[in-house]
Amino acid sequence: MNPLNIWQIAVMIGAVTLGTMLTRFTPFLVFGGEKRVPKYVEYLGKALPGAALGLLVIYSFKDVNVLAGSHGLPELISLAAIVALHLWKKNMLLSIAAGTAVYMLLVNFVF
Amino acid sequence: MKLKAFKAAFPKTIPIMTGFLFLGAAYGIYARTSGLPAAVPIIMAAVVFAGSMEFVAVDMLCGGFDPVGALVMALMVNARHLFYGLSMLTKYKGVGAKKWYLIFGLCDESFSINCTADVPEGVDKGWFYFWVTLLNQCYWVTGASVGALAGSFIKIELPGLEFVMTALLVVIFLDNWLKEKSHSSSLIGLAAAFCCLLFFGSGGFIIPSMAVIILILTLFRRKIEVRL
Repeated sequence: MNPLNIWQIAVMIGAVTLGTMLTRFTPFLVFGGEKRVPKYVEYLGKALPGAALGLLVIYSFKDVNVLAGSHGLPELISLAAIVALHLWKKNMLLSIAAGTAVYMLLVNFVF
Repeated sequence: MKLKAFKAAFPKTIPIMTGFLFLGAAYGIYARTSGLPAAVPIIMAAVVFAGSMEFVAVDMLCGGFDPVGALVMALMVNARHLFYGLSMLTKYKGVGAKKWYLIFGLCDESFSINCTADVPEGVDKGWFYFWVTLLNQCYWVTGASVGALAGSFIKIELPGLEFVMTALLVVIFLDNWLKEKSHSSSLIGLAAAFCCLLFFGSGGFIIPSMAVIILILTLFRRKIEVRL
């Protein structure tokens, strides 16, 4: 079962909500008037998204252990399937569904 | 006035409906199979309303109590919303109190519709934006609820389903990769996070990764900015 109690879960959800809402409300609260947006902030708004998505990809593989178990092979094969399918069909839902299905088949029946 | 705006807004959201119902359901089931109560994914769907971050939040909720890490992760993952906000400053001006709800619901999909849609002549802009945002949120919360409740009734084990988060994040990354003019920012994100993961381990690499990313983006701003 989950290691957190209900209050800890509530605090965690609060933290995620606060972080998300800060990113949504800050531009309107700070630059809602006629104030100019600093060039540096504008630059970060454009440059950060790509880097954040890269961080998320690494995050989603953080618990893969290449030294033990199945050595990350199911993850690697599923990743290759997702990339190939997405470059081919460019259909988000299809790539996600097929990639997850490949992984589930691999961990249940192959490895 | 409201009905006219609804009729203009609804068709624009139909593609989002399919995606949100499917992904929302996957998110709900994923949260349940991770051992969270059904209320958790449903509440998060309603109050956070940021799909990819909610998948990550489920993962973090299973990892231990770390509100600071969760806050920083949400800031980083949703930093793109800063840019959405900057782009919508003028569009969301003068729509009255609805503005606060529009800002609350400024997810990727609401942004992409409201930023690009040509609101037809005679349709109230504020109400059009409002319906797009509200419909999208309804789709997402409905999908999440269906998944969370289905996950409570169907007591089958689904080993490997947790990979749906990885698949989602990889596909979002790829989609952005295909669209962006320069890959420098994406590559910096991958490399910095990978190095920090090796150095700090899976428990505490997010905050260092974020710091390294912002440091590199700031130090090499001149080179990166011209290519964006």
